Amino acid sequence: MTLLNLCLALPALGFLLILAIPGHNHRAIRATALAVSLLVFGLSLGLAVRFDAAWPGYQFVTDVPWIPSPAIRYHVGIDGLSLWLVVLSTLLTPVGVLVSWRYIDRRVKEFYALLILMESGLIGVFVALDLFLFYVFWEVSLIPMYFLIGVWGHERRIYAAVKFFLFTMAGSVLMLAAIIYLYTQAATFDYPAILSLVAAGRLRFSPLEETLLFLGFFLAFAIKVPLFPLHTWLPDAHVEAPTAGSVILASVMLKMGTYGLLRFCLPLFPEASREHAPWIAALAIVGIIYGALVAMVQPNMKKLVAYSSVSHLGFVVLGIFSFTRLGLDGAVYQMLNHGISTGALFVLVGFLYERRHSLEIADYGGVATPAPNLAAAFMITTLASIGLPVLNNFVGEYLVLQGTAQVNFRWTVFAAIGIILSACYMLWLYQRAFFGEARPEVRAHLSDLNPREWAAVLPLIVLMVWMGTATRTFLPAIGAANARILEQTQHNVEFHVRRLVPNSGATAEVLRAR
Amino acid sequence: MPVSLVPTQQELLRIAPEIILTLAGTLIMVLAPFARRRTDNRFGYISLGALLAAGAAALAADQHRGTAFHQMIEVDGFATFFRMLVLGVGLLTALVSFAYLRREQAEPGEYYALLLYSVAGQSLMAAANELIMIFIGLEISSISSYILAGYLREDLRSTEAALKYFLLGSFATAFLLYGVAWIYGMTGSTNLSEIRAALTVAAPAPSELLVAVAAAMLFAGLAFKVSAWPFQVWAPDVYQGAPAPVAAFLSAGPKAAAFAVFLRVFLTAFEPAATRWAAFVWWSALVSMTLGNLAALVQSNIKRLLAYSSIAHAGYVLVALTAHSEAGASAAMFYLAAYALMNVGAFAMVAHFSRRGERYVEVDDFAGLAVTQPSAAALFAVFLLSLIGVPPTAGFFAKFYVFKAALDADLTGLTVLGLLNSAVGAYYYLRILVVMYMREPGEAASAVPSLSPSMKATLWICAVGTMLLGVWPTLILGFADRAAAMVR
Repeated sequence: MTLLNLCLALPALGFLLILAIPGHNHRAIRATALAVSLLVFGLSLGLAVRFDAAWPGYQFVTDVPWIPSPAIRYHVGIDGLSLWLVVLSTLLTPVGVLVSWRYIDRRVKEFYALLILMESGLIGVFVALDLFLFYVFWEVSLIPMYFLIGVWGHERRIYAAVKFFLFTMAGSVLMLAAIIYLYTQAATFDYPAILSLVAAGRLRFSPLEETLLFLGFFLAFAIKVPLFPLHTWLPDAHVEAPTAGSVILASVMLKMGTYGLLRFCLPLFPEASREHAPWIAALAIVGIIYGALVAMVQPNMKKLVAYSSVSHLGFVVLGIFSFTRLGLDGAVYQMLNHGISTGALFVLVGFLYERRHSLEIADYGGVATPAPNLAAAFMITTLASIGLPVLNNFVGEYLVLQGTAQVNFRWTVFAAIGIILSACYMLWLYQRAFFGEARPEVRAHLSDLNPREWAAVLPLIVLMVWMGTATRTFLPAIGAANARILEQTQHNVEFHVRRLVPNSGATAEVLRAR
Repeated sequence: MPVSLVPTQQELLRIAPEIILTLAGTLIMVLAPFARRRTDNRFGYISLGALLAAGAAALAADQHRGTAFHQMIEVDGFATFFRMLVLGVGLLTALVSFAYLRREQAEPGEYYALLLYSVAGQSLMAAANELIMIFIGLEISSISSYILAGYLREDLRSTEAALKYFLLGSFATAFLLYGVAWIYGMTGSTNLSEIRAALTVAAPAPSELLVAVAAAMLFAGLAFKVSAWPFQVWAPDVYQGAPAPVAAFLSAGPKAAAFAVFLRVFLTAFEPAATRWAAFVWWSALVSMTLGNLAALVQSNIKRLLAYSSIAHAGYVLVALTAHSEAGASAAMFYLAAYALMNVGAFAMVAHFSRRGERYVEVDDFAGLAVTQPSAAALFAVFLLSLIGVPPTAGFFAKFYVFKAALDADLTGLTVLGLLNSAVGAYYYLRILVVMYMREPGEAASAVPSLSPSMKATLWICAVGTMLLGVWPTLILGFADRAAAMVR
């Protein structure tokens, strides 16, 4: 039993444990959920400590047969890309437990059981190295979130939950078709095995095949990211979800999409990825600017943060499809940054909602007077989110911009506009909600952070500073994984280059990209 | 060949399951007039015992595989698989019926006798190697199920269901029989292996057009039984009107048996003409899926909803048949087993929830069930998620194997359309989940009686089975694989 298997199994066991506790004993249920999620977090830190950043391959690997025919294996392992996403998932689950402590007061047992079960699915998505296993975890993580939104959400929760489920489902069935088709060609679901077949040239697709397979995977991931114009489920889901649901959804679930792009789309279909990169990058840029502009006019705080996610995730996609080391590193770093800072924003907005029972910005104003600590925490998070140097987002955004500048400087210019806009909408939100004269009802309801709330938000703030200053903790492992992914995308390009006419522009461009 | 009129012991063993079921059914018929109380469960226990004994006999017969009665019966892995499947469906139906019959104050005697006869007919279909035998099995099964569908004779809907089922069913059977006659005329035989030989090597070979017409006739007869397009119109009315346990039975038992025949006839006898029939099975699969799913979207009655969903599921199995490969056959077998577990479970839940006279059968009646009876709602959720095809449930692997077989056979278009269909299908199952979990309890869900032991047993067997097959599909799949290899 490796540490990684324990991280996967413990939440599932915790789920059963919580189901076994009598439903009226809320205290025991919460305590169990917190204990299990903290334990898993501790174990995942063990992963990070014992992870060998110099080793480029997968670590903590378990590879045992699950189903003999067709051969499906329980094959899990982590590299620098998965490692920090696993830690992100295990960090935000206890945060989710803490922010739900008072917020969730009905059907408590089911809530925590599902929250803990979801952790298993999320970790599984990031560590599965068998395509079939990946798909199973992908779907398994969907069900708990559907219930979290639909049962414990706000007024339009049912609409949001069903929309969320159907969007994701529509994407994932096409991915399933692509996975099965890959199997019929490669005769295995084992992802490293498929990659080595591709690298050895023993598994080749015709351009049409490759495009269709690429789109099958891409659509599922793009819906999850969400890439403009497939993002419409996101604001609904965020606004209606309970705080913990929003936190997990924004921080971890959206990363499933970008992780999938990086892990599967690029190495498996390098030619199609490069060929389609221009319009994908264009959509990412549209998403960056559109998301920011729409965020600016939102009267609802959660919706504002949701649209800001569309904008931030645009950066990640742009970085991935720049096909440069810097761009990829920045994209992964930005995935973690967004997890931390947007997670913290949703936590803090959740605290405001618990006090004032409103998400409308207009219902606030002057919050800084009665709740200075809350205001300070929100300020730091805001600054992190808009990419202030020394805080985390700056590093990721900088790397993405630098990476895209190597490929296409125009992309950089447009993307940078998004950063300016993000400062506008976030600071304006802060100004309207926290500054000014505190109205009596704001004064009466808004108490400052209590110790439990500090416990939920402080680790995130510490991480914002840490990730903004000590990038050496994270980047070497990420960089090693990205270098390998880039190398995999180029294996096949070489083969592609030979088919081109010498001295044509295309050859030069490919060579420059290398 | 020396003709002996006295069956050997081996031959008797090979039809022992049917003998046991028939004898037990007759015993119940004889005893029924002496039963004093209507609420007597004795007949239920007799039929449970008979079904278990028949299961044991089927396994024993499997140890002595071979043909019986001049090759009219063939016991092989394929036959044993489907025998166990229909016997299992019979067993679960009997368990659901315990509480149901008591609640509706219906006569238990004839009910269980008819159930046993119907299962016997299906078991015979599973083992038949001969068109006449298939016809006899089909008739035994159908006639019993016509009566079962109208068993609540004071209920107008039930009577209407029975009449509709009977009229359309007889019509379909006539088609089947005409097809049999046609084949006999062409090949001079009703034995499946001989038909295949005649279609392959006979000189002069029968005209392809005639073969296609005969195949179409058989297809019509069988498509009716499995409620596939264009012979699906009866299903919603019958499922809605029939008593809920009978609807559970109809959606799983006769369907499985008819698919068994489908596989045997089309993969053995008509394999040489596969290029001819594959095209209309393709269309039937596609339209069944699409029509079933789209119509289910707008249903408010849960029994009708499940009926349309069963049309769609018949479509998925037909996708596997369209592949006409071994992988397709074993995928279809796995699908039917998984479908039996999840759908009988779902109908059992409906039977339990509907209360006396089946008053609460609207989807909206289930509002808030998760609050008032969390465990029952969770079990129902397992069945619904499996029907959607979400891992790790049996329904997911069922779909996976079907579409994998289809892609192996280069049916890319059908696969993509089928998978998109399953995304559409997710919506109406989700609606039930939404109502159960996300609405406040209404009048119907507030006063749900607690589960009777037999009902609890059924639901747990189905749910545990659904989950087990979702984690270790090989429990059944290995068996199905070997069996599918035999049918070719």
